[in-house]
Amino acid sequence: MSKTQDERGRAARRGQPFLDEPEAKPFWAKLREHRLTAQRCSSCKKIFTFPPQALCPHCLASDYEWVILCGKGKVYSCVTYHRPWHPAYQDKIPYNVSLIDLDEGGRIVSNVVDCPPDEVRIGMAVEVVYEDLPEYTLPKFRPVKSA
Amino acid sequence: MTNLSGKCAIVGMGETTVGKRPDATTNSLHLEAIKACLEDAGIKASQVDGLLTNQPLNDSHRSYAVKLAHMAGINAGFATDLALGGATPIAMVQHAVMAIEAGMATTVMCVHARKRATPDPTPGHSIRRGDEHWEEPWGHFAAAGGHAFAAQRHMYEYGTKSEDLAHIAVSTRKHASLNKNATLRKPITIEDHQQSRMIVAPLHLLDCSLESDGGGAVLVTSVERARDFPKRPIAILGMGQHHPHFSLLDAPTLTTLGGKKSSEMAYRMAGLGPKDMDFAEIYDCFTITALITLEDYGFCAKGDGKDFVKDGRIGLGGELPLNTHGGLLSQAHLEGQLHITEAVKQLRGNEVEPERQVANAKVGIVSGHGGSLAMHATLILGAL
Repeated sequence: MSKTQDERGRAARRGQPFLDEPEAKPFWAKLREHRLTAQRCSSCKKIFTFPPQALCPHCLASDYEWVILCGKGKVYSCVTYHRPWHPAYQDKIPYNVSLIDLDEGGRIVSNVVDCPPDEVRIGMAVEVVYEDLPEYTLPKFRPVKSA
Repeated sequence: MTNLSGKCAIVGMGETTVGKRPDATTNSLHLEAIKACLEDAGIKASQVDGLLTNQPLNDSHRSYAVKLAHMAGINAGFATDLALGGATPIAMVQHAVMAIEAGMATTVMCVHARKRATPDPTPGHSIRRGDEHWEEPWGHFAAAGGHAFAAQRHMYEYGTKSEDLAHIAVSTRKHASLNKNATLRKPITIEDHQQSRMIVAPLHLLDCSLESDGGGAVLVTSVERARDFPKRPIAILGMGQHHPHFSLLDAPTLTTLGGKKSSEMAYRMAGLGPKDMDFAEIYDCFTITALITLEDYGFCAKGDGKDFVKDGRIGLGGELPLNTHGGLLSQAHLEGQLHITEAVKQLRGNEVEPERQVANAKVGIVSGHGGSLAMHATLILGAL
């Protein structure tokens, strides 16, 4: 097993992202600057699905660019964890985990914050907020306040 | 293309005792299952020439099938590990049929065991599902979470309620109560389900399957050879698979899964439809999985699962007895291996406790489901 694979395994066990994954490195770097980005195919112009990958999942073209997303999306589904599977979540339960469909395309796992977990709803309009941790920044989402 | 319906049959099956097996290891449970299967089939290990297994969950090393074959005295001309999560046991039977029809083997052992209820002292590294590092940083850790996403969508799209899912848990437990080799045998009520603690809302504890130790195996051969075996052969009539996504992030929908196309493929091969099924052994890692699969398999329209599972329809004596052994929810979670052995026993007709025998069982359907609601496999089995 290469060192890289081994490190990836250990990072996953800790419940942390793998910041040096070649395809995903720009994603994590841009989050540090509070920019949510995704890959867009230079050929078919579609936004890639997550996780990032080397060739377009829609047409297999190999050229793409990282584009800055507007940071808005909608909750596709939402759940509330009542049991901590990881010691770090012992004092966080109950907490929300949601699948967020981003406006430009693509879906990510995240948390809806600034909202009690049992008030998160499918279809809820949300916008990105950034949680800065010592080693990386996580994109999270809060409900969009109606004007 | 040749239709393989009815070309091969299951001629042996073995189950270990399930539940907590602190003295067992992953290896010993596999061997126990193989031994029980050989005894049931009335043949020696040296007469088996193929072996298929799953990658062990506790030790994801290479070519476990070859290791296991030699540990069991099987000199295999055909052997490999398959890796479709809870769809693997059914996929093993399908690959066995293909190998036999291709002339690469005559008699194939399909075995799976897991040790999850008690620690496995065997050294090794647990297998990864894949893409955890795109889920865990946000606290999404468990299969329960992924299935809770599907339950939430089903509730949103079709008005399904937690109480509806409870009917599956209650009926399945009732069946387990009649099965001597089941882990949880004390009957439960809808109220018990509703009052059980939340694990990942909207799923309660009693929506979730067990963590188990145990193993199971089936032996597949051609129908011609099947007549030389002592037990009634069970024909493999239909086979299907479909894997419509890998990750929750690329799933086109969470309320119609691989079971739709997989069952259509199996029905077409068998020349049968949902109305022909005398019972169903449906993968039930969570109650919602069984509900969605019942719909995908055409037993009711999409969204009508909430009504279908009521009024005793899925109980013994009902229109479609479901998980007659107690399923993953109450018997044991061996990734569906025992859904297959149970179907074989039901179709043989004299091997389960009389009170849980499906009367005149001639044809049954079995489902497997794995990963992030991603992989699916179907078998239709019939008494010869």
